[in-house]
Amino acid sequence: MNPFVLAAIGGVLIGLSAVMLMALSGRIAGISGIIGGLLPPKPADDRSWRLAFILGLVLAPVGLRVLTGDDHIGAPTVGTATLIAAGLLVGIGTALGGGCTSGHGICGISRLSPRSMAAVGVFMLTGIATVFVVRHMLGGV
Amino acid sequence: MREIAAGLLTGLLFGLGLCLSNMTNPAVVQGFLDIAGAWNPALIFVMAGGVAVTFLGYRLLVPKSRPLWASRFSLPTATLIDAPLIAGAAIFGVGWGLAGYCPGPAVVSLASGRTGVLIFAGAMLTGMILVRWIRAGGWATIRREPAE
Repeated sequence: MNPFVLAAIGGVLIGLSAVMLMALSGRIAGISGIIGGLLPPKPADDRSWRLAFILGLVLAPVGLRVLTGDDHIGAPTVGTATLIAAGLLVGIGTALGGGCTSGHGICGISRLSPRSMAAVGVFMLTGIATVFVVRHMLGGV
Repeated sequence: MREIAAGLLTGLLFGLGLCLSNMTNPAVVQGFLDIAGAWNPALIFVMAGGVAVTFLGYRLLVPKSRPLWASRFSLPTATLIDAPLIAGAAIFGVGWGLAGYCPGPAVVSLASGRTGVLIFAGAMLTGMILVRWIRAGGWATIRREPAE
């Protein structure tokens, strides 16, 4: 199927998930926040639904692969050292900034939260700048 | 029990959305961020579709006094655009651009069992724990120790 159509369908499913989690449990579907509540020190008291959500995330591509033969999971584009550095930055940044592409990007913008709008503007900008520097100035990936 | 069912169901749906939209393919994500190169704008539609549905859905929920399966809505209370928010978002964006993974797709991609994804996820969790530890006063504890 056309990748634009698939992207829109994917977005709608993500939106439905966010609305359902709010309607059923009153929660924001922010992945970094859901994970954060499971981590030391002082994990949250409500760990079971967080673990269930993460289990659902991991099972989704398994189900998709069984049904369609393709799970749409791509291979990493960079080496181990870059993966470690990027992982640390994503972990530190989302914990410090209180959200990621889902919590700030989908849920926060939908709540018209000024904090989330500012965060999305900033991480889009630094994400674009990083790819620009790596690809067009350093000649990498 | 119902909160667990809600978590599993919404996690599945969210993961399915990330896969179908190719957010789980770091090459596509980096192509989306590469506006000066062979720009691949498809992921704009993930954001547009997701925000359109969530915006409308949240509006429908506004008159409700409580969620269906929980006692209250748990919404963020912070309103200030402060330094941690901006610095955190900036740092996150650099990591996102470097590897093409944000937290959701990284977790979903664990299903592939690829070593690179495990390494990224391990580093991401380490970064999150580090910030939580510093916020909980861990840094102050270390600095106090020599004096004691």
